[in-house]
Amino acid sequence: MDLIFLAQQFLNGASFAMTLFLVAVGLTLIFGLMDVLNLAHGTFYLIGAYIGLSVVKTTGNFWLALVVAPVAVALLGYAVEIALIRPLYARGHLDQVLLTLGLAFVLADQARHVWGAFEEAIPAPPGLVGVLALGPLFYPKYRLFVIAFGLVAAGVLWVLIERTRWGAVIRAGVSNRTMVRSLGIDINRVFAHTFAFGCGLAALAGVVAGPIIGVAPGLDAEILMLALIVVVTGGLGSLSGSFWGAILIGQADTFGKALLPDFSLFFIFGVMALVLLYRPGGLLAKGGP
Amino acid sequence: MTVPARLATLLAVAGLASLPLWAPRFLLTVAAEVLIFGIAATSLNLLLGYTGLISMGHAAYFATGGYVAGLLAKHVTPLFWATTPVGMVAAAALALVVGAFALRTAAVTFLMITLAVGQMLYALAIKWRTVTGGSDGLLGIPKPTGLGVEMDAPRMYLVALVCYLLVLWFLRRLLAAPFGRTLVGIRENEGRLRALGCNVQAYKLAAFVLAGGLAGLGGALFGQFNGFIAPSEIHWHRSGQLMIMIIIGGVHSLIGPLLGAFVVVAIQDLVSSLLTQRWMTVMGLVFIGFVLVARGGLVGLWHALHRAVRRGLPVSLPARPLRRPARDADVPAPDADVPAK
Repeated sequence: MDLIFLAQQFLNGASFAMTLFLVAVGLTLIFGLMDVLNLAHGTFYLIGAYIGLSVVKTTGNFWLALVVAPVAVALLGYAVEIALIRPLYARGHLDQVLLTLGLAFVLADQARHVWGAFEEAIPAPPGLVGVLALGPLFYPKYRLFVIAFGLVAAGVLWVLIERTRWGAVIRAGVSNRTMVRSLGIDINRVFAHTFAFGCGLAALAGVVAGPIIGVAPGLDAEILMLALIVVVTGGLGSLSGSFWGAILIGQADTFGKALLPDFSLFFIFGVMALVLLYRPGGLLAKGGP
Repeated sequence: MTVPARLATLLAVAGLASLPLWAPRFLLTVAAEVLIFGIAATSLNLLLGYTGLISMGHAAYFATGGYVAGLLAKHVTPLFWATTPVGMVAAAALALVVGAFALRTAAVTFLMITLAVGQMLYALAIKWRTVTGGSDGLLGIPKPTGLGVEMDAPRMYLVALVCYLLVLWFLRRLLAAPFGRTLVGIRENEGRLRALGCNVQAYKLAAFVLAGGLAGLGGALFGQFNGFIAPSEIHWHRSGQLMIMIIIGGVHSLIGPLLGAFVVVAIQDLVSSLLTQRWMTVMGLVFIGFVLVARGGLVGLWHALHRAVRRGLPVSLPARPLRRPARDADVPAPDADVPAK
């Protein structure tokens, strides 16, 4: 095992981690603010990837797909929030979990009938095909783009949440919903926007990961599982938690696959178990368990 | 039980037991499937409806029972009295490991971990080709022996019926006993029970292991009766379906899950053969409807109708008496275990 191999795996892990971060952050934002665990999150990822695939196929323009798919899925999420999730706020976790579970079944079934049951990959944009020489290391350009894209997205999200009024309202809503409402802010509207935003992020991740991971039925459940593991490991409802959680799980998965291909699943599970053993609330949980 | 209730139960059991006398063969196979998923859903309901634990990966224990019993039947002995108990113990052991670790965390994290573990085992079943047969599943599981007769469809149905009734009877006794009352107490107000000196963790873990073992019974029957078991039995779709069965049937009743299993299997078999390939969409929409407007499921609707007829009042849908969300801003106390109103 030489240094080049290690560097390659590290970059693979980083690009996978950035995808995971984009998926997980939507899930954790929605949960943190609204207390809604969205089991259809993986399905929104898949539908985003499918829409992206269709756009690239018809127009040949990857960058257009990168805009159209998140917007379309965000609109879908907006409608879902208003029509189905809003009536359930008074009822608690179980009903929201159940509703999004039913939604995941319906949407996955519909997606299978619209896009078929084949496995496909979204073609990478022409400028990002091929490899780049980093000294002695040759590395796919597109994966480097994913790493950069993820880091920029993390920065933008951080600014949005820590430095804007919208972010301030969300952070306030996470800690005290009643207080936000009594300040005269229409919390229902903030919820709808956040839900739509989170779904859009899942779709964005679907398009970005499309050239690497591909698009296939069944991917929704796999992505949901990975996003849940990232969120649980990083700490529920925390932006930086999902970032560091994604890096940890992304690297664990990649190095697990490279070193012990048959046991890579136990690698990520082992990392999660270890973290939870010492911090039951996750890496960056606020307060105790 | 009151006298009419006893009579109704007796009639229902007699009706189910008489099925092999008049029903066509294919119906018996479907009925056995309903009973087997009924066992699995009932076991999950011990956690969901009675202990208040939302476990989202229950299919993993179902399938573990199926795979272990199937492997044993295939490679060692098809003796029913060996394969089925070993399948149950294996599922319970898995539940012990997962539960000991997942129950350390809060409610939502618990849900997430159980779901993630289930998906991980699904992936394992696909990858561990030499043992599990990969995505084709474990094929050629021999029919169970040791029951004195050759196992044809009517007899397998009767075995499934006996197993279901045993599970029902056992859980009924269990829930009436102090152990079961404690579980319901944990659902209603965990903090109070802890303050009373009850070892809440141990009770939850016991319920989790018990539910896992009973799900393993369902899986062991499933694998041996069908002659195969596939990774799709571990997938989160299966776990979700078990949950859907409970909610459609009725979360606070023992027979609810069986009714729900009947509805789901009927939708799957009837809708896909008669109406449309999109039976999953139909099932999902029916389920969403129940979540939105009929929270007590079919059993709740029945009770509402009963009350309405007795009082001559318009039908009002029952509210499901589950706990209110612990983390809600309008609950004033900082204590997360404010009792449900």
